Amino acid sequence: MKFKKFRALLVVMASLVLTACGEVVDEESITAVGSSALQPLVEAAGEQYSAENLGKFINVQGGGSGTGLSQIAAGAVDIGNSDIFAEESDGIDASKLVDHRVAVVGITPIVTPGTGVTNVTLEELQGIFTGEITNWKELGGKDLPITVLNRSSGSGTRATFEKWVLEEGMKSVVSQEQESSGTVRQIVANTPGTISYVAFSYVNDDVETLSINGIEPTNENVNSNDWIIWSYEHMYTNGEPTGLTKDFMDYMLSDEIQDNLIGALGYIPIKNMEVERDAEGNTSPVENPE
Amino acid sequence: MEETQSKFMQKSSKRKIEQFGRTISFICIAFIVLIVLSILYFVISKGVSTFTTDGVSVIDFLFGDIWRPGEVGENGEPLVGALPMILGSFFVTLLSALLATPFSIAAAIYMVEISPKAGKKILQPVIELLVGIPSVVYGFIGLTVVVPFIRSIFGGTGFGILSATIVLFVMILPTVTSMAVDALKSVPRHYREASLAMGGTRWQTIYKVVLRAATPGLLTAVVFGMARAFGEALAVQMVIGNAAMVPTDLITPASTLTSILTMSMGNTVMGTLENNVLWSLATILLVMALFFNILTRWIGKKGAMK
Repeated sequence: MKFKKFRALLVVMASLVLTACGEVVDEESITAVGSSALQPLVEAAGEQYSAENLGKFINVQGGGSGTGLSQIAAGAVDIGNSDIFAEESDGIDASKLVDHRVAVVGITPIVTPGTGVTNVTLEELQGIFTGEITNWKELGGKDLPITVLNRSSGSGTRATFEKWVLEEGMKSVVSQEQESSGTVRQIVANTPGTISYVAFSYVNDDVETLSINGIEPTNENVNSNDWIIWSYEHMYTNGEPTGLTKDFMDYMLSDEIQDNLIGALGYIPIKNMEVERDAEGNTSPVENPE
Repeated sequence: MEETQSKFMQKSSKRKIEQFGRTISFICIAFIVLIVLSILYFVISKGVSTFTTDGVSVIDFLFGDIWRPGEVGENGEPLVGALPMILGSFFVTLLSALLATPFSIAAAIYMVEISPKAGKKILQPVIELLVGIPSVVYGFIGLTVVVPFIRSIFGGTGFGILSATIVLFVMILPTVTSMAVDALKSVPRHYREASLAMGGTRWQTIYKVVLRAATPGLLTAVVFGMARAFGEALAVQMVIGNAAMVPTDLITPASTLTSILTMSMGNTVMGTLENNVLWSLATILLVMALFFNILTRWIGKKGAMK
């Protein structure tokens, strides 16, 4: 099957070369820009989509949630990817944008192995990130200073983490910042006593996750909203999508992607969620959880 | 008669080619100038809007030491003090230049004066290779080698100005060295011959004649290295820790203008204060680049031995 497709592709390519200008397939492409957390998923889905629909291309670029939102609001791209609601972002007219929630990501605190702490209360976590708690000893761990590592201000992961961990009026301690989750994980893995946070998909054996109030960071706990630090992955379109953009959005929400690709890449499918959240952070149970 | 006259009146084909060439090169130059001017205009107009549209005072921006864009302080003014980044940038630049200069000049003297053969065969290719290594590779090596090394010696996290200085030192070393080599090479041969003929030793010749005559070139080399260090973003960002705090020592995390710029650009929305203030940082970088440029020209003019 695969081979056949490949041959078909070769034939198409050869005929393109031979006929020079004569178009064999209608070539069409759309561009999706934004969130680096969502980028791997859209890229993988885009490739799969192009393989199934010859001549349709999905260009996926990173750049950050802010870029995604401002580019889609300006109409410069077809899809704007974002970790946060457009309503939460200053300077974006959210009324024209149509929200497509394609997945959910859970975010968990990670620490360097060997701190002696595996469970914290939400208050203790607040204390760490506001700079009140500065040694693991205070939490019953080793006598080791706590180094806080944040993502850069404005990153979607940081916005989500601070929204659900810190309370109104709390200020995060001025700390080290890193631009990407991959770098964060590497630094946490190598620097004793460091704490940071990443999406579930970035957790590996080099770092330890922390439970909060005894609740472990698992997909099931996100589904039931017991683990509250999670966010939707949004794909915004400017107005209702049409043409290829609509096709691709339908494809993203199709069972093929939701059941296979999303789980495989470490995201959580939307339809597993037992609760729903709006831009203000109010949660309500989903009518018919599957 | 008429034929001769028209021959003189008409442009010759060579003249036409000449004119064609001139037009093309003029268009190219005009294009470059246009690009430079539009970049200047774009960056500065964006950078200035922090002060015009968002009403931040220039003093607060340049000398404020709290950097929390998007938040306002107790007096209601946005917290966008750029002092931590400005100081961080200057510290890493000066320190790395200070560290690199003796190494570079020594290497250049060896390559030009002491052993030109080994210099050409071994050192030259090595230095060219160093220039070609992408900055992300330097940053990665810094993250996996330099930072743990600093941590094991001085404690703390290992991220900070010292790590950034070491990485930048290696990065600007080839630039400064190869420019210093050019500077030493351009010292006329008869200076050396005159010095030796008057009984100067090799050391005296190098120290009193060659280095003196090459001083403007050497200074230009150092300033060029500083300009590169000042503008380097990626490698520094990976090892400095990016904490927007006024640096108090060399081994706590700090930040530079470039590191904050690259980290935050994608997460801000065009036209908001958070975005504009980043353009203001870019404006500072641009002004500094211009300053370094003017400085090298000035040194070249003033310092020449007469």
